[in-house]
Amino acid sequence: MTHDDSDHHHEHDHEHGQHPPSDMELRVKALEFLLVEKGLVDPAALDAIVDHFEHKVGPRNGARVVARAWFDPAYRARLMEDATAAIAELGYVGGQGEHMMAVENTAGAHNMVVCTLCSCYPWPVLGLPPVWYKSAPYRSRAVIDPRGVLADFGVTLPDEIEVRVWDSTAELRYLVIPERPAGTEALSEDQLAALVTRDGMIGTARL
Amino acid sequence: MNGVHDMGGMQGLGDLAPEAGGPVFHHPWEARVHALTIASPTRGNIDVGRHQRELIPGPEYLAMSYYEKWFRSLSKLLLQGGFVTPDELASGRPAAGSPKGEPRLPAGAVEAAMARPGSYIREVAAPPAFQPGDAVRCRNLHPRGHTRLPRYVRGHVGEILAWRGAHVFPDSHARGEGEDPRHLYTVRFTARELWGEAGGPRDSIHLDLWEPYLERA
Repeated sequence: MTHDDSDHHHEHDHEHGQHPPSDMELRVKALEFLLVEKGLVDPAALDAIVDHFEHKVGPRNGARVVARAWFDPAYRARLMEDATAAIAELGYVGGQGEHMMAVENTAGAHNMVVCTLCSCYPWPVLGLPPVWYKSAPYRSRAVIDPRGVLADFGVTLPDEIEVRVWDSTAELRYLVIPERPAGTEALSEDQLAALVTRDGMIGTARL
Repeated sequence: MNGVHDMGGMQGLGDLAPEAGGPVFHHPWEARVHALTIASPTRGNIDVGRHQRELIPGPEYLAMSYYEKWFRSLSKLLLQGGFVTPDELASGRPAAGSPKGEPRLPAGAVEAAMARPGSYIREVAAPPAFQPGDAVRCRNLHPRGHTRLPRYVRGHVGEILAWRGAHVFPDSHARGEGEDPRHLYTVRFTARELWGEAGGPRDSIHLDLWEPYLERA
């Protein structure tokens, strides 16, 4: 969106009143126009921020962390000891990733991450959260009915597997390290990374 | 505050709508709200931002989309900070003669800002009161302001899993009373302790809780 574009829509609304005030697109354009006009916001900075979240962070980053942990036992050990430092080794640092924790799925335990109070999520390794993660049904149910939530994602866990839910109430951010699928011994690190899904790293899927 | 944002354990809030892939932003305006919030001169105190969203009246909070809440909060913070006037916000036009500001985050600084490894850990003189393995009870607190102690654990007993150092304390920070760092712990609760027979017998819920939320059990 360019500055001129905002200007045009603003004038349109002001003179003809064809857009209701509930039109979020128009309201956001108007606020951006105002802040740019007042010199408080650099529109090119907004473009760069959007580009960062659309293209530079996302679950592909987390998948590289998981694949490295599967591939390299020494890296896995560092990841479990100090996830922030181990993840920074791969170049993934920044806001909402200041204090990373890796939680490992095993044959006997499954981990699942939620933020019941808002939408905390490890941006540098997973990008921005999906809509359902921020939604009332997930935030409310993940802690009281994690197995029901998993069932909604098509995952049925046997009773003997323990479910560990992590509610992100502080600035620690959790990354689930799924179990390495069987039969992947011959795969390269890149091939392993391609198996890792976003939901697997939130804990709403098993790989 | 005991707001609707504190959703853990509530029932009847609707069906989950899993989405496997999905775009990062579902509408271009959502991307702009996200970017505006990050570039805004009001950025800097994460707890103030969170509390502003919690202050949206419950019925509206539940009816709004995620980025509608961000937009509402950003507008309020800009007003409260004196960066815009109500007239400017309503008209979308700078007031005549209003001074020209400097962007807090120019385009050239975005990449470095996104990759800055920050920390919420601070040094404190007092040693941690609890050790891993200690049994602790969450205090029955109902502060009117911001807190990160969810209702569903208040009064319940858990076990200290780990000490995480002293972290900026959101309850004080959101009130503008400084960072007031306090010891932070990961606390493990059994599902049976929190939910009775509705909880899975082997399942557990972990929260990161600050020392003022806890007492020895």
